[in-house]
Amino acid sequence: MIDRKHIGLEMPPHSADVEKGRLRFFAKATGQTDPIYIDEQAAKAAGYRSIPVPPTFLFCLDMEVPNPFELIERLDVDLGKVLHGEQSFTYYKDVCAGDRVTYQSKVVDIFDKKDGALEFIIKETKVTNQDGDHVADLKGVIVVRHQ
Amino acid sequence: MSHPTFDSVSVGDKLPELTSAPISRTTLALYGGASGDHNPIHVDIDFAKSHGMPDVFAHGMLSMAYLGRMLTNWVPQCQLRSFSNRFGSITNLQDKIHCNGTIVEKLEQDGEKLVRVEINAANQDGDIKLAGEALIALV
Repeated sequence: MIDRKHIGLEMPPHSADVEKGRLRFFAKATGQTDPIYIDEQAAKAAGYRSIPVPPTFLFCLDMEVPNPFELIERLDVDLGKVLHGEQSFTYYKDVCAGDRVTYQSKVVDIFDKKDGALEFIIKETKVTNQDGDHVADLKGVIVVRHQ
Repeated sequence: MSHPTFDSVSVGDKLPELTSAPISRTTLALYGGASGDHNPIHVDIDFAKSHGMPDVFAHGMLSMAYLGRMLTNWVPQCQLRSFSNRFGSITNLQDKIHCNGTIVEKLEQDGEKLVRVEINAANQDGDIKLAGEALIALV
């Protein structure tokens, strides 16, 4: 069982640069061919400051830390037993290549179901940009299977 | 290019569907690298087997990215207000992901006209892998 003392745990904030090359690689990996996600000129012609961060990519940049699984390890959970249960994004401002985003994450709940066979970790993350603007909120549910 | 407007859409309308290519080991290797999700359960069969799985399996967030592509094919991304889903069953190698969306509500919130779209992603057998919703602003 995960120690419930971790409810309320705040992870150290971290920042990540949004890079054009990485966004192109993400487009390739997800089958995206819309030029605004690949070509800066096309993005600018569509009204974006540069190539926009696609809808799920803010989740990815949250892993740009020396150890992306630090939270899992601090909770003493085996990475091989982890599944992604839910993910949500709320968007307030666009994020484009050239921006620098900062993540502040907190464990807001931990609970179990099926007599402890499954445990759930709820993590909320606030994302701000280089100007201090609140650009998005993320909420993730991590499932730990104990069978 | 014409985009949908609030008055041009109705509850029950379907978004243009999107279907992925079959998910291969290469797909998972590329997604693992591009996404920064280096969990070996998605790329290393030895690791997967040692953790009780018969083989590697797809990142849930890969299929969510396909759902995101469906949404941004329909409207410019700057109109997307929220996007969420649950991950149901595991997506396996060679699955082809079919993304669907249906407008279920037209609403006004904070002076903005929005549609609520129910979304899901299923494999070639119709097994729902992801289900959720998006809120999209339309003018």
